[in-house]
Amino acid sequence: MSFISDTLFVFRRQLRLILRVPVFLIVGVLQPILYLALFGPLLTKLPAGTLSGGTGTGGTADAYRFFVPGLLIQLALFGSTFVGFAIISEWRAGIIERYRVTPISRVALLTGRVLRDVVTLVVQSTVLILAGVAFGLRAPIGAVLLSYVFLVLVAIGLASLSYATALRIKSEDAFAPLVNSVVVPLILLSGIMLPMTLGPGWLQGIARVSPFRYIIDAMREAYAGQYWNAIMVEGICVAVGTAAVLLWLGSRVFVTENT
Amino acid sequence: MAIIEARGLARDFTSRKRTVHAVRGVDLTVEEGEIVGFLGPNGAGKTTTLRMLTTLLRPTAGTAVVAGADLLRDPLGVRKRIGFVPQAIGQTQGGTSDNSLVIEELLDQGTAYRIGREETRRRAAALIEQLDLGGLDQRYVKTLSGGQRRRLEIALGLVHQPPLVFLDEPTTGLDPQSRSNMWEHIRRLRSELGTTVFLTTHYLDEADALCDRLFVIDHGVTVAVGTPDELKRRISGDVVTLSVNGAAGSDGTAAARSVLVESPVVQEITVSDGVLRLTVEQGEQALPVLLRALDGAGITMSAISLSRPTLDDVFLTLTGRSLRDDSPGGAGNSTDGGPELAGVAGATGKE
Repeated sequence: MSFISDTLFVFRRQLRLILRVPVFLIVGVLQPILYLALFGPLLTKLPAGTLSGGTGTGGTADAYRFFVPGLLIQLALFGSTFVGFAIISEWRAGIIERYRVTPISRVALLTGRVLRDVVTLVVQSTVLILAGVAFGLRAPIGAVLLSYVFLVLVAIGLASLSYATALRIKSEDAFAPLVNSVVVPLILLSGIMLPMTLGPGWLQGIARVSPFRYIIDAMREAYAGQYWNAIMVEGICVAVGTAAVLLWLGSRVFVTENT
Repeated sequence: MAIIEARGLARDFTSRKRTVHAVRGVDLTVEEGEIVGFLGPNGAGKTTTLRMLTTLLRPTAGTAVVAGADLLRDPLGVRKRIGFVPQAIGQTQGGTSDNSLVIEELLDQGTAYRIGREETRRRAAALIEQLDLGGLDQRYVKTLSGGQRRRLEIALGLVHQPPLVFLDEPTTGLDPQSRSNMWEHIRRLRSELGTTVFLTTHYLDEADALCDRLFVIDHGVTVAVGTPDELKRRISGDVVTLSVNGAAGSDGTAAARSVLVESPVVQEITVSDGVLRLTVEQGEQALPVLLRALDGAGITMSAISLSRPTLDDVFLTLTGRSLRDDSPGGAGNSTDGGPELAGVAGATGKE
């Protein structure tokens, strides 16, 4: 039980600290809203079926059913991979070491932070979904709820990876280019702006390596009203699998005494 | 009962096929209620040893019992019973968050040690009082002065009232007034709470003024152990400087010299400009003997002074380098003592 209370303790502390300087959170959600406002309208003029591989009706509702899940994953990708920056400055301030010498579970130092990131992402996502609705998104409520499940899993995996990598590297100068060189190709290969099916065969082949591609596809299925098919099963398995593996890897880094 | 008992504690770091022996084998015995200083130049292995004793780093060899718990088998037990104040300057800072309030840091620390809210509040109030942090509890940490912030960091290490507290360079970076103020607080820890204090420092005056006993470490091994006085005594004798009255000067001085040279406590005499410099084994005990001898010979003195070798002299003798100038390659906590090792081995044998 102490692991849970330790996690909640770290969560509360981290939440308090981030709410004190919320700029990062606000900027994080403003960026996808800009995409929604300035890029989304381009998609509404596409011929019917372009975005959904032939079955869609086209028009505004179809465009946003396609685009909002992509933006949600983009929000999660950027938001969660950059959390590592904060832990580098916390490490430099000696805070990580201070807590590593207390009886607090060392894994809770990770899970409490990840929980904070999950909660803030859920709030940011809600803002983004509401903005999407304002622009013309119409999707079943079940699909919206299901997208939270995917977002939470993505955030757990990526935030764990980000914290663990940052704690190993311990330098913002090295961490920033590393994150960029991982996130940008992942975003491009996940079909956030346009469906990967529009691309040539070789590009579709490469895109198979991005786990987020499967997750976005599954979310889009749900937004189109399809809750149970092979794409959904694939998406769920990939989401759960990546979250579990990355959380486990992150915990290893936090537990080891060798940092 | 010893509160720290370490035997052969060692730590290697391996990177790119190159192994660095940061700590080669440190033995420590610290008794309850002592203020012990861990002294050494940058890169000697002080911080690495401290990090091993506080469970931040797993030793590659050796054993230790810290505050009654086995370091390797029960690190959690060690963590529950020790306080740790990280160093405030260097790679990492002292462990407080800029955007927290002073009181929040104290309350959080209490929660981390699973102390109830009310009890933590009570202890935080007492610590704020003891460490001169009154009126600052609602201030952001980033608005504190260097000395205030350091005292807060020390307060954080004491919230759970540990029997043993590790202070990593408690006064580095503080101005002289804050330093002597900090020494006062550290002394009170022992006198009022009975806390055993284990501190690292590279200030010799701090070690001299504050510590009951010192461990001198260089190139990853303990090269000397003892009270500051014992260490100084071991290096060279004390120096007595005296001048005597005499009309023509040379007569009185020469007479005094011939009297004193007979005295068993005097090891060496030099005369320059009418002043006698005597090297003696133990200054305090030698002085009365010298006074009696001169008095018996009817010689009166105009001035006498006793000076001790400083810890700096001790350090120079033990390690071959002064603590003040940091050797160019000495930054960080890794040393690769290849050729220097021979010299160190000689000094180790003196234990």
